[in-house]
Amino acid sequence: MTDTTPSSFPTHGLHTSAAAQDRLRRRYAAERRFRLYGIAAIVAALGVLAVLLFTIVSQGYTAFVNTEIELEVYVDPADFTFEGTTPTAEEIGAGNYRNLLSSALAENLPNADAPGAARDLRGVLSGQGYRQLRARLLAEPSLIGQRVSMSFLASSDIDQAFKGNTPRVVPEERRRVSNLQYEWMDYLENQGQISTSFNSNLFTQADSRQPEQAGLWGAIVGSFYLMLVVAVLSIPLGVGAAIYLEEFAPKNRLTSFIEININNLAAVPSIIFGLLGLAVFIQVFGLPRSAPLVGGLALTLMTLPTIIIAARASLRSIPPSIREAAYGLGASKMQMVFHHVLPLALPGILTGSIIGLAQALGETAPLLMIGMNAFITSAPDSMFSPSTALPSQIYIWADSSERGFVERTSAGIMVLLGFLILMNATAIFLRKRFEKRW
Amino acid sequence: MPLTTVALIVILLAVYGYFLGKRRAWKLAGDGAVAGKLHSLPAYHGSYVALWAALPSLVVLLCWSLFGQAIIDQMALYSLPAERLEGADAGKRGLLLATIKNTAFGGGFASDDPVIIAAAEYMNSLQASGQWAVGILALALSLMALAFAARHLAPQFQARHRVERTAQVLMILCSVIAIITTFGIVISLFFESLRFFERYSIIDFVFGLKWSPQTAIREDQVGSSGAFGAVPVFMGTMLIAAIAMAVAVPIGLLSAIYLSEYAPSRIRGSIKPVLEVLAGIPTIVYGFFAALTVAPAFRQVGEVLGLPVSANSALAAGSVMGIMIIPFVSSLSDDAIRAVPQSLREGSAGLGATKSETIRQVIFPAALPGIVGAILLAVSRAVGETMIVVMAAGLSANLTLNPLEQVTTVTVQIVANLTGDTAFDSAKTLSAFALGFMLFLTTLCLNVMAILVVRRYREKYD
Repeated sequence: MTDTTPSSFPTHGLHTSAAAQDRLRRRYAAERRFRLYGIAAIVAALGVLAVLLFTIVSQGYTAFVNTEIELEVYVDPADFTFEGTTPTAEEIGAGNYRNLLSSALAENLPNADAPGAARDLRGVLSGQGYRQLRARLLAEPSLIGQRVSMSFLASSDIDQAFKGNTPRVVPEERRRVSNLQYEWMDYLENQGQISTSFNSNLFTQADSRQPEQAGLWGAIVGSFYLMLVVAVLSIPLGVGAAIYLEEFAPKNRLTSFIEININNLAAVPSIIFGLLGLAVFIQVFGLPRSAPLVGGLALTLMTLPTIIIAARASLRSIPPSIREAAYGLGASKMQMVFHHVLPLALPGILTGSIIGLAQALGETAPLLMIGMNAFITSAPDSMFSPSTALPSQIYIWADSSERGFVERTSAGIMVLLGFLILMNATAIFLRKRFEKRW
Repeated sequence: MPLTTVALIVILLAVYGYFLGKRRAWKLAGDGAVAGKLHSLPAYHGSYVALWAALPSLVVLLCWSLFGQAIIDQMALYSLPAERLEGADAGKRGLLLATIKNTAFGGGFASDDPVIIAAAEYMNSLQASGQWAVGILALALSLMALAFAARHLAPQFQARHRVERTAQVLMILCSVIAIITTFGIVISLFFESLRFFERYSIIDFVFGLKWSPQTAIREDQVGSSGAFGAVPVFMGTMLIAAIAMAVAVPIGLLSAIYLSEYAPSRIRGSIKPVLEVLAGIPTIVYGFFAALTVAPAFRQVGEVLGLPVSANSALAAGSVMGIMIIPFVSSLSDDAIRAVPQSLREGSAGLGATKSETIRQVIFPAALPGIVGAILLAVSRAVGETMIVVMAAGLSANLTLNPLEQVTTVTVQIVANLTGDTAFDSAKTLSAFALGFMLFLTTLCLNVMAILVVRRYREKYD
């Protein structure tokens, strides 16, 4: 059996018998197997992460562009009613834009007079098209009676079909886009009249029932207010608590009770903080529902333990020599803490706080409890007005089955992840830049 | 006058007070010529004045913004003619109040009932006059306190002691917030649960086998029994948590072992942060992933194998939740494994054990309390996790252990029963608080158990 033994095994000494060699081989095989399990576990975890990110990006990247159709519109004065010689803004605003655009489409598209084509024709452009044309005419009233060439936002169905998100091979009755509409799309593509461009709606509009007009701006503003409340409240409170517990607190029942409470709160499910917000801030204090202020308060209570724990760790890492030196120069305890220890611990505290804020930014469950998942079509103008936040907006969109919203959900997730990456990168940068080794 | 403006003015007054106090202190010391005459540094005199200028009036503003609306609500409600309030229970009163508010502030359904309109006008005038009164009170208080404090200053005045003591009290208040929060949670959940148990027996809630929270709005409505037996809901939670642990524990533990015992430090340094990315991803993203990618994939696999997999199977929600928990398990177990002293590894190697034998027979038993603690914390997290199950698990409460069927969880029911349009004091809405209370107690027990296990069974090697 010696010829099958790998040369690295000693062929003399203890492992001489065939049975011993066999045992040894089995033990080494077990060793290799165990090692492989570890690698497999890591590969599995990283693989899932990769699949997750890939799915989100591959489903969502198309939401950053919108399909636009370039049309030449004859602004027929017959679609307006003018009293005087110069058209007033009101008269221009009241024009029959629906008619203007559908005749422009009929003019531009082949077979537009086919039976049943009227319904298909109406489904080509987004409702925003009327507003686009109206805004243009209000700015330049002289265009009335002339031919204008403009790009109009396509409807969500056309948008999805043009971007290839909905398959064309499906039988017509199970598609949202008819054969005639596909024919038009091909025609427009040949003419170079249909194209995609950056989807500015996504970053300038709030929620909408029409996927092509829905955007994240309202949610971004809401999340900004939330973060403002959380940062203004949780950082001072958390740092104050951490300084007291770490530097001043005597070892007694009260302080150990506080410590147990903080550790326990860090592990309480986030939805419980939502229930607390609903029962206390809304029911007892009468604060408005769906308001970023209430959401911010609930998230503050949720984030506090994280910040306290991080700040305490940072204070603890300041070596005693600093404290003794401060005392040696005649500083009081308060002066020692605030003039010497706290400034040195500040980078660590800031890093922990940013990570806590990032957690709060991604949290959804408490927001559902206090009603920040309402359908709101404008950005909030104060902390008290109803609003959504990024994660709850994603939740609302995820509930809609339309393909246009699926795409926007993924895009919203990408935007949210972008903000989180930004915050965490700042935290890492701060840590690297100001980290001191004692 | 908006109260935020008042607060800003108060803060400006405090800043002014700081410089005023500082200047006065310098004057008292003879403009620095004989600074030794002062007990405290001039900056402390300034801070003393600033604290007086800011704190009392900020407390007034805070109290008003917390309780003012509630007081106004009650006053407006009781301004209604007595026959409107007679025999109205809490729910009716809440409805009346909401109507008054809608009429007063616009939005929602305004009422055209003259009585309500009168109450709404009363509420508006109360609001306006209350805000003025509080604003003026706060400003006057701030000015008076500033003047009072500034007159107080003297060379031997112990400004530093006062300021330091105030700062310490403020810091104690900050740390007490943790206790207040816990009490707030317990009390609010407890009282809302009590209101639920007035309507529904606690025995039936804890031991009942049927959960269907749809209560009948009309008497003759079918399919709405309004049963609140929590057993199937908790079973569903446990089933999903068990699936999650079945995914997270092996993967998390094995990767922690590999990273801490085998991997070279360069690989460890690069893989560990990437694993922690999994913990930083918001749960809503996992929920979306579970609902849109994993659940349909499992369904298709089930179709190929001829198994009936529900669209909202417990398996999909549970396994995605497991992925979310992996970094949690792995980083806590990593800490436990690293806490095992090096001498144990060396001793085991000296006896001829291979590395995997050392890990399985020496390190793992030594790190076990820490690992068990980590797993308990992970279970607590799985039980309380909301968004993944809200998006990927079902709503119907099945009493089953089959992971391919759909089950519902505590958190799903809380969200479903609270985000509906039912009145706040219906049994359905209140049941969410009862479930929340049970959930809080469950996670509390798990957390405490985790701490105890780690404390009691940790080996001491010094």
